Amino acid sequence: MTGMPIVRTNRKEIEVYRFGPIVSLLIPLLALVIQAFVPVRFRTFAIFDLPLLVTIFFAVARRSQVAGMLTGAVMGLIQDALTHQAIGLYGIAKTVVGYGASSLGVKIDVENPGTRLLVAGGFYLAHQAAYFLVARNILGVTMEWLWARTMLSALFNGVAAIVLFAVLDRFKHST
Amino acid sequence: MENFFSRYRNASILVLVLFAQVLGLAVQVKRTSESGGTRLIRFWVVSAITPLEKALVYTNQGLRNVWRNYLYLRGVRHENRDLKAQIERLHLEQVRLSEDAAQARRLQALLGFKEQFISQTVAAQVIGASGSDQSHVIYIDKGASDGIKPDMAVITPDGIVGKVLRVFHASSQVLLINDPSSGVGAILESSRLQGILQGTAAGETMLRYIMSDEKVALGERVLTSGGDRIFPKGLSVGAVQQINPGSDGFLNIRVKPAGNLSRLEEVLVVTRVVESAPQTPGPSTPLRAADILAERLPSVPEKPPVVPAQGAAVTQTTTTKQSAGTAATNPSNSTAASGTAGTPPFRPAAVRPQTTRATATAKPAVVKPAANKPAEARDAVKPKEIDSAEQPAKPADAPPQAPGEEVQR
Repeated sequence: MTGMPIVRTNRKEIEVYRFGPIVSLLIPLLALVIQAFVPVRFRTFAIFDLPLLVTIFFAVARRSQVAGMLTGAVMGLIQDALTHQAIGLYGIAKTVVGYGASSLGVKIDVENPGTRLLVAGGFYLAHQAAYFLVARNILGVTMEWLWARTMLSALFNGVAAIVLFAVLDRFKHST
Repeated sequence: MENFFSRYRNASILVLVLFAQVLGLAVQVKRTSESGGTRLIRFWVVSAITPLEKALVYTNQGLRNVWRNYLYLRGVRHENRDLKAQIERLHLEQVRLSEDAAQARRLQALLGFKEQFISQTVAAQVIGASGSDQSHVIYIDKGASDGIKPDMAVITPDGIVGKVLRVFHASSQVLLINDPSSGVGAILESSRLQGILQGTAAGETMLRYIMSDEKVALGERVLTSGGDRIFPKGLSVGAVQQINPGSDGFLNIRVKPAGNLSRLEEVLVVTRVVESAPQTPGPSTPLRAADILAERLPSVPEKPPVVPAQGAAVTQTTTTKQSAGTAATNPSNSTAASGTAGTPPFRPAAVRPQTTRATATAKPAVVKPAANKPAEARDAVKPKEIDSAEQPAKPADAPPQAPGEEVQR
């Protein structure tokens, strides 16, 4: 863990990135399609949450809270529409994550792999907690919080974020 | 106020966005059954995503077919030889099974049971999933345009998969049996215990509502019971994998699904189930169970002309199986069901009849031929057989006895 510096920076030092409209549209769409397609053949792939990772990436890179939360809300609502459950569960969870990730992006440098692992893992846990709370308390869904499974998923998503963010870095432009 | 909103603009937008979504959820909670059909957003998203998924699936399948059918043909001859040998084995097995099936049909006809036949299915390709651990659903490439409707059973040759939940124009959403909100009426093959198969959050399938004091064997097959009115009776569900006593007085039985739910490619949607009485070879006129029994079983002989003047007691020998035994209670072993109409009745060696001697002056015995009701027919099949070996044959033109008719000996 010593190799994972979380550097607190001034707002002026942090670069804000932009994305082209095609990239802004295609990458989230691709993430949603892959998330819906691959688990048919490899069920274990469902532990990854690519739409969440893409939400975190865009929110952190753009460093705009409104853009972050809206990206999260749209991605979440589309994900909800593909499930058989009520629409809004993933929407709420990803809205919170989008807002949180962009707020964090303003304050700390999230360019190095160690920070990305922690940020993605941490936001995965926050996402699952928000989903769990909303599902249980608003919809009354009987759910159990599986600690081991959730922590393992958080770790896997953190590792996946390192790879995915490195690929997506190629598409961002400095303002 | 204006200053407050401009200062906390982002937080205010967050609250607004969250509030709108919570409100949307609350509306959905109130309308628990989406009787109004599929929500528009769901329709849009599925319409946008499924064509991409279809393109991916069909491309993948095309490439795989080219590889398998034209390029990778190693071992095909050997496989062909093995398959021919397997066909021969299956032919032999088919002959044996067809005999068993005919026997079962005769017994079902005897009992007045109705069978459910899967008469029409639609083959479909699995093109996608929800992509969520919380929602075990898949998407298939057949929809309303192919005659798919909600609540249709989805199966594979190995076992059941789930049921159609939502139908779109060219695709459908299928709820898998391992989803927590799924429920399937199930029965254990050997012990005939009935329960409900439910999914868990971890994607396992559990058979619930079997009392803790019941005996369930590991590896026992689980079949559909037909009680849910979705899956026809007798389809394979899986096998018992683990049994734990639950705290609520029921067993926690984990079932390994027969179908591989994590790697589904093609499925069959049961679009039509026909319920009909089994067809049995025999006369064209419908036979009542009582009539069949009257033919199959030795009937009470015609009252012989007793000459009271001679004063001699007329003796008859009737045998009644008082102790039914397993051979008699198990319908598949039942004598009445094993033979065809017209063949001499065969009594299993395991059944030891009790012989009672009755005189003409004894209390009249009551013979109740089975009515058309299954339960009564079942009772009729059970132990009430009368030995024909020691009795005169029934006249061919003897009128059939009416149900419940009392025969005096």
